[in-house]
Amino acid sequence: MANNYTFTRKTQYWIMSIVGIGILLLIVGYFINTPSRQELWTNILINNLFFLFIALFGGVFQALHKIAYSGWHTALQRIPEALTSFLPIAAALMFLLYFGMHDLYHWSHEGLHDPILEGKAAYLNIPFFFIRMAVYFLGWIGLTYLLRKNSLQQDTISDLRYYRRGKFLAAIFMVFFALSSSAMSWDWIMSIDGHWFSTLFGWFVFIGLFEIGIATIILMISFLKIKGYLEFINKEHIHDMGKYLFAFSIFWMYLWFSQYLLIWYSHIPEETAYFAPRLHDFTILFFTILVLNFVIPFFGLMTRNSKRNLKWLTVMAIVVLCGQWLNIYMLVIPGTIGKTAQIGVVEIGFVCLYLGGFLYVVFSSLAKAPLLSKNDPLLEESFHYET
Amino acid sequence: MYVSPIREPLIRGQKTYKKITQDIAAPIEGKPGKAWYAGIALTGSALLFGLAMIGYTIWEGIGTWGLNKTIGWGWGITNFVWWIGIGHAGTFISAILLLFRQKWRTSINRSAEAMTLFAVICAGLFPLIHMGRPLLAFFVFPYPNTRGLWVNFNSPLLWDVFAISTYFTVSLLFWYVGLIPDIGTIRDRVKSKLKKWIYGLLSFGWTGSAKHWQRHESISLILAGLAAPLVLSVHSIVSMDFATSVIPGWHTTIFPPYFVSGAIFSGFAMVLTLLIITRKVLNLENYITVGHVESMNKIIIATGSIVGIAYLTELFMAWYSGVEYEQYAFMNRATGPYWWAYWIMMSCNVISPQLLWFKKLRRSLVFTFILSIFINIGMWFERFVIIVTSLHRDYLPSSWEMYKPTIVEVGIFIGTLGLFFTLFLLFIRVFPVIAIAEVKGVLKSSGEKNPKSDKN
Repeated sequence: MANNYTFTRKTQYWIMSIVGIGILLLIVGYFINTPSRQELWTNILINNLFFLFIALFGGVFQALHKIAYSGWHTALQRIPEALTSFLPIAAALMFLLYFGMHDLYHWSHEGLHDPILEGKAAYLNIPFFFIRMAVYFLGWIGLTYLLRKNSLQQDTISDLRYYRRGKFLAAIFMVFFALSSSAMSWDWIMSIDGHWFSTLFGWFVFIGLFEIGIATIILMISFLKIKGYLEFINKEHIHDMGKYLFAFSIFWMYLWFSQYLLIWYSHIPEETAYFAPRLHDFTILFFTILVLNFVIPFFGLMTRNSKRNLKWLTVMAIVVLCGQWLNIYMLVIPGTIGKTAQIGVVEIGFVCLYLGGFLYVVFSSLAKAPLLSKNDPLLEESFHYET
Repeated sequence: MYVSPIREPLIRGQKTYKKITQDIAAPIEGKPGKAWYAGIALTGSALLFGLAMIGYTIWEGIGTWGLNKTIGWGWGITNFVWWIGIGHAGTFISAILLLFRQKWRTSINRSAEAMTLFAVICAGLFPLIHMGRPLLAFFVFPYPNTRGLWVNFNSPLLWDVFAISTYFTVSLLFWYVGLIPDIGTIRDRVKSKLKKWIYGLLSFGWTGSAKHWQRHESISLILAGLAAPLVLSVHSIVSMDFATSVIPGWHTTIFPPYFVSGAIFSGFAMVLTLLIITRKVLNLENYITVGHVESMNKIIIATGSIVGIAYLTELFMAWYSGVEYEQYAFMNRATGPYWWAYWIMMSCNVISPQLLWFKKLRRSLVFTFILSIFINIGMWFERFVIIVTSLHRDYLPSSWEMYKPTIVEVGIFIGTLGLFFTLFLLFIRVFPVIAIAEVKGVLKSSGEKNPKSDKN
């Protein structure tokens, strides 16, 4: 079987259809019930975050395994590398927010006479907001680009130098990511509810990012396997991805619960103000998110066989992706649109539009390099390992 | 199973299966040296001093401690949290590292798990003594009783009772189940009839048959599965003792995961402190190699950096929150009367572990040993800072107080140190410090290869 993925016309056609459906839905949505500026920007922000998280996880996956001296993941290497190719576009989309700041972030308004927000003005102001955004993206794009370049160079020459440089880059990426991922979640998500604060918030968002990324990689494996690629990915790799999905859905619930319990228990109005509208105005969604992100993957992936069955794992990954999209929706919506928000044609249209674009970029990038990297000193371990 | 040649061997010195048994069983079969007697004399006297101080506390009451109306928790709870944290390395190694297929855990899991048990015993003492009337300690268990009273299920202190007793039970079972095949090995090697009988009893009639191994494997897997969530749950619940309150500096949502990370951090520091000495004294350098030390140092830098990020997040959020009391609590920690405790914590926990980014230092035993002591101190001060600096400035300035421990509290702490090290010294005389059976399991894939046999 070919070692290179060919981005066939047929696949391109399908992806374009997704984009087409997205545009169609948006047009239909426009005529049924014209969305307000605020609704448009909220949709852009939610999808910006969701697809940025997938792309970022490509970097996290590589870096984490490299610094942990992992061998099993080396055969999968190219998939997370391809995911990071979306980062420059994610950056461009994120900078678009410049035109939507006032519709999303209450703190960006002038003359608020709000002593709490005035106290935060040194951090929450438009110039600094975009300076930080530029710093995050420069770091992420730069480091993932170097990681990818290093991995491609390793394909051509067998030299331990690339292995060492890969580890070095991975360590820098992890440090940068650890700091920037928390700050990014405060900037782009937490500051929507300008008065509210929670120290755990950054880590909670990070675990969501991890789940989104793992689920996406599982779907990519599943797709490529159906197309007849990746014959070197065996049941053990699938099992490990399943374990990740299972373990981090528990970890996600753990952080969700820690944050909720501590705020509920202490019952300080400034803090409970965040959960009250989420629980009372979005009751069904509130519990649906917990079911999709925890209950279903927890029971669905508990047995060994369920984690080794790629078809079932694919179903679980789709459930988790839906759950995590709704989770981001829940983080953003109550602070922007409020209780009148609905998920309708426009929302689905935006998801289709983003999804199509994302898939196009990622698959084009995937087709550019062999699916199996060469010359990694740990590569051989990836073919013979037992769980 | 294939292992890349670039990986460092985990067992040095071209060992055979027989040699492994001999090396690891040697400390149990030989007579203890002078150093051991000197050690146990020292730790034993510390223990006796601690027992005397515990007796004094129980006889006279908690008034013998330095606590006052404002600062109701002092050294006692600091020590409790510190000891509980230290136990976490053992559970982490046996459960989480097992899930991540880290083979290097086989050389260190036995002693780390033993350490967990001893640390939890030390930790458990403190709430017990702190009750003032330890004879009524059974009141904390919920059962229908003639007093017509139930425990308060809403209290995180009660959750602690459940979390820690579960933790101790599972850790003990896990440790003991792992020991059974090794006890069988020791039973077959000891000469004296009495010892043979005792080890025979302890080994539950282990014969090493396929059936026994199969049962052993399946129970080990189940216990590892149960132990994995315990790594997270125990210290999360301990953190809730603080975080469910409305005290600035205590009430913060990051506490559960941050306490867990800090616990693993301090636990590995204690494992390093003990094992760097143990490997030398018991001649186990071929099993606990510099590579093992480096791996543990990597976990230290990872968890230490997570703790560092949590400190910074708390600082930032205190400012960002705009809550005056939050802001004051953190300013007061860094610049108030207990500034020295805060800066000991910061420099030991956040700044010094960053030196481990250098490979040379990660592989230096002397440096690692010194650093591990620093971290032990730093993590003790972390709990002290959290407890005392948050309490000593009450909402009412008229209630502001300072806290100084009395000799009784210091003595009890020294006593638990004595208890911990005494138990460890006894353990290395009685049971194999390294899991013989497990190390043998990785010999083929990760043992140092004989250059001659490779050529054939």
